[in-house]
Amino acid sequence: MARGAKQLSARQSRRRRLGARLRLSAGSVAGVLHRAAGLSTAGLLLALFLAPLTALLANAPSDFGLGPADRAAVRFTLLQATLSAGLSCALAVPLARALARRRFPGHGTLVLLFGAPFVLPAIVAVLGLTAIWGRGGPISDALAWLGAARLDVYGLGGVVLGHVFFNLPLVTRLLLQGWVTIPAEHWRLAQHLGMTPGAVFRHLERPMLREVLPGAALLVFLLAMTSFAVALTLGGGPGASTLEVAIYQALRFDFALGRVALLGLLQFALGAALALLLLRYGRDSDFGQGLDLTARPVPNRLAPRHAVWVDTTIIGASALLLLAPLAAVAIRGAGALAAGLPVSVYRALGTSLAVALPSAALSLLLALGLAQLALDLGGLRGRIAQTIGLIGLAASPFVLGSGLFLLVNPIADPFALALPVTILVNAVMSLPFALRLLLPALATLRASYGTLTASLGITGWARLRYVTWPSIRRPAAFALGLAAALSASDLGVITLFAPPDVETLPLAVYRLMGAYRMTDAMGAALLLMLLSLGLFWLAGRLGRDP
Amino acid sequence: MIRSILTAAATATASLAAADDQPVLTVYTYDSFVSDWGPGPQIETRFEERCACDLRFVAAGDGAALLARLKLEGSRSAADIVLGLDTNLVAEAAATGLFAPHGVSAAFDLPIAWEDPVFLPYDWGYFAFVYDTARLAQAPDSFEALLAAPADLRIIVQDPRSSTPGLGLLMWVKAVYGDRAPEIWAALAPRILTVTKGWSEAYGMFLDGEAEMVLSYTTSPSYHRIAENDDTKRAAIFSEGHMMQIEVAGKLASSRQPDLADAFLTFMRSAAFQSVIPTTNWMYPAVMPQTGLPEGFDAPLGPDAALTIPAADAPALKAEALAEWLAALSN
Repeated sequence: MARGAKQLSARQSRRRRLGARLRLSAGSVAGVLHRAAGLSTAGLLLALFLAPLTALLANAPSDFGLGPADRAAVRFTLLQATLSAGLSCALAVPLARALARRRFPGHGTLVLLFGAPFVLPAIVAVLGLTAIWGRGGPISDALAWLGAARLDVYGLGGVVLGHVFFNLPLVTRLLLQGWVTIPAEHWRLAQHLGMTPGAVFRHLERPMLREVLPGAALLVFLLAMTSFAVALTLGGGPGASTLEVAIYQALRFDFALGRVALLGLLQFALGAALALLLLRYGRDSDFGQGLDLTARPVPNRLAPRHAVWVDTTIIGASALLLLAPLAAVAIRGAGALAAGLPVSVYRALGTSLAVALPSAALSLLLALGLAQLALDLGGLRGRIAQTIGLIGLAASPFVLGSGLFLLVNPIADPFALALPVTILVNAVMSLPFALRLLLPALATLRASYGTLTASLGITGWARLRYVTWPSIRRPAAFALGLAAALSASDLGVITLFAPPDVETLPLAVYRLMGAYRMTDAMGAALLLMLLSLGLFWLAGRLGRDP
Repeated sequence: MIRSILTAAATATASLAAADDQPVLTVYTYDSFVSDWGPGPQIETRFEERCACDLRFVAAGDGAALLARLKLEGSRSAADIVLGLDTNLVAEAAATGLFAPHGVSAAFDLPIAWEDPVFLPYDWGYFAFVYDTARLAQAPDSFEALLAAPADLRIIVQDPRSSTPGLGLLMWVKAVYGDRAPEIWAALAPRILTVTKGWSEAYGMFLDGEAEMVLSYTTSPSYHRIAENDDTKRAAIFSEGHMMQIEVAGKLASSRQPDLADAFLTFMRSAAFQSVIPTTNWMYPAVMPQTGLPEGFDAPLGPDAALTIPAADAPALKAEALAEWLAALSN
């Protein structure tokens, strides 16, 4: 019966979407404007990627060809990124489900803290991880006490551990967002029908996972693919060199701009190919919009009784895995932070905020435009639009940075453009996350209210204010928080453009470490962590239903 | 919070509008030189006291990133001076044709004679493995001893593709062992706990107790003794000698302030500049000030310990050594 009802509702929503599409193609002015905004976003992104590449190629068209070291880098990049994405997703599903159906004191804080690993500068994350898992860490100490050998995490295992530490919280948050989009009515219906856990999984959870997981896996893959310091350091040696290392070497060691462009293009092609492949498997969950938006459901009554223990174990173990390295950083930094950091660190905090807030707003706008375009186009063309949105992650910051520098330098003072360029590039870098968060919500909205708003002639600002925003408020606010935190913690492009007295917080962390001041650096890293948690907290407040 | 944003924005714009009544001398250098605890701020004050100019430091990563940036900019570069290249980069930098000869003949307090017509040294040091006496009672006193040390003695080194000390070790092994370098790296491989992107990761992990030794400088223990009152760090002195790093500055041919640039290069050899170096850059001054080294600062090793690679040989040797290193450590 449930299956019948679902098929019926799927058919209805398909018909509704068809109606909405017909109306749009009939040429409503708003639809055209819409499309224009989306297309220009896609155009801007493509230009932002292609122009630097062209600039690099124009400066050095000759030195092409891939050596054995490059091929080894491609192999290692694909291997570790696949493992990192697979493991992060496999662990995130039970963790997100446990967090979705359990409420306990500290639940909100724990979910909030999951925002922290993601924004740590690589160098700090490595030190946090080795403080726990390293030869001098507590696990090794315990093993040594028992007479066993100390842990040696350095190798493929270490690389994957590092990337899971960064990305498991991210995927978990994306999935949590997916769990709350399953309408309360569905959970109630499932309860009335006495569905078994297996049936709940088949009818409610699996369709949602199918919608969210491919995109989430793609994000992790791309993040792991462009990893440099984490992969190299935890990988234990140059055998763990990613393509990103090869790009850096081409730029800094060999100064072969043609190779920089070639390797950058290769990296982008790998990311884009995977995106087109993975997004094919993504399907709309077709749940439609629930009417009961006030109370978010807690589907715990559907869980089998013994699941309490399973869930508790999962949450406890994950918290330990993710929070122990954070605690190691916090403990080291707390003293320095309390004693007062150098004034420049607080100036850097201000600069980071000045970059993060506009960049987050821009990122959300770009994501809205591109998400609408992807939904309008649908099918392969929609997936291509989504893939263009991934440029920021699939493109190396070294390629973008040096290419943009080559473009800007002849016509303007790069220092004068430091902040605008950083804001723009950071917005593009966080766009993929915003896109992943907004797409499911916008798809649902379109399926539920698309026809109604079109037939009532609600367009433009009114539609955004009364229809769109209330429905996407939660994911949009989270996307804002994520983009702001990411942007505040990003180191990429600012290093090429920034005058010395414009310093962001992550740059301050690196500079303190480079001057032996490890304790102050940990204090600044803690400050950065607190800043991003604060941004997530604010985003959470903004996303709450009024 | 709003105020701090505005302040940051204001600082950013203010720094863009350089003081308009004074000539500006732009010096490109590496990151740690300009930080609040580096030599930059003091040197800026001291030079501006005597030049009636605005000395403006611009930071760009480290030495190699600095050269890459200069190549990106070419003759349009805003730089008058580039400060922070080292002996491994000098030949490559001179080959760009962007630099002008300094025309100075002066003596330096270096273990070797300095004869480069384009670049002038401002400080120098030796690469070395640093250890903690609390964790390692007896450090190896040579490469041979390091290779023969117990299996649980692990070291952290930096990647020569992304780090200056990493490249220094590559050249060090090459200077000591020549064609035997590949077999030495293969023997060293099991001792290497990991390879990091930069010096900071490696040194941070060493301080956390991850490894018994880390590749750094002979001057590192002086930092801990003077700044932190900690006397437990030591540099392992190797009987084969130590690779030298000499840091240099040069004047750009495209400089719009050639006289000011010359004045800066002259100032660079003065006590006002050189006395700042030891406790901010943690290197040896290229011209020892009359007051000597600060108390607690280890005296440099004698000239017989100094290993160098002729600057002209560096580019070819560095490519060869990198290939050997990658082959030995990639398995």
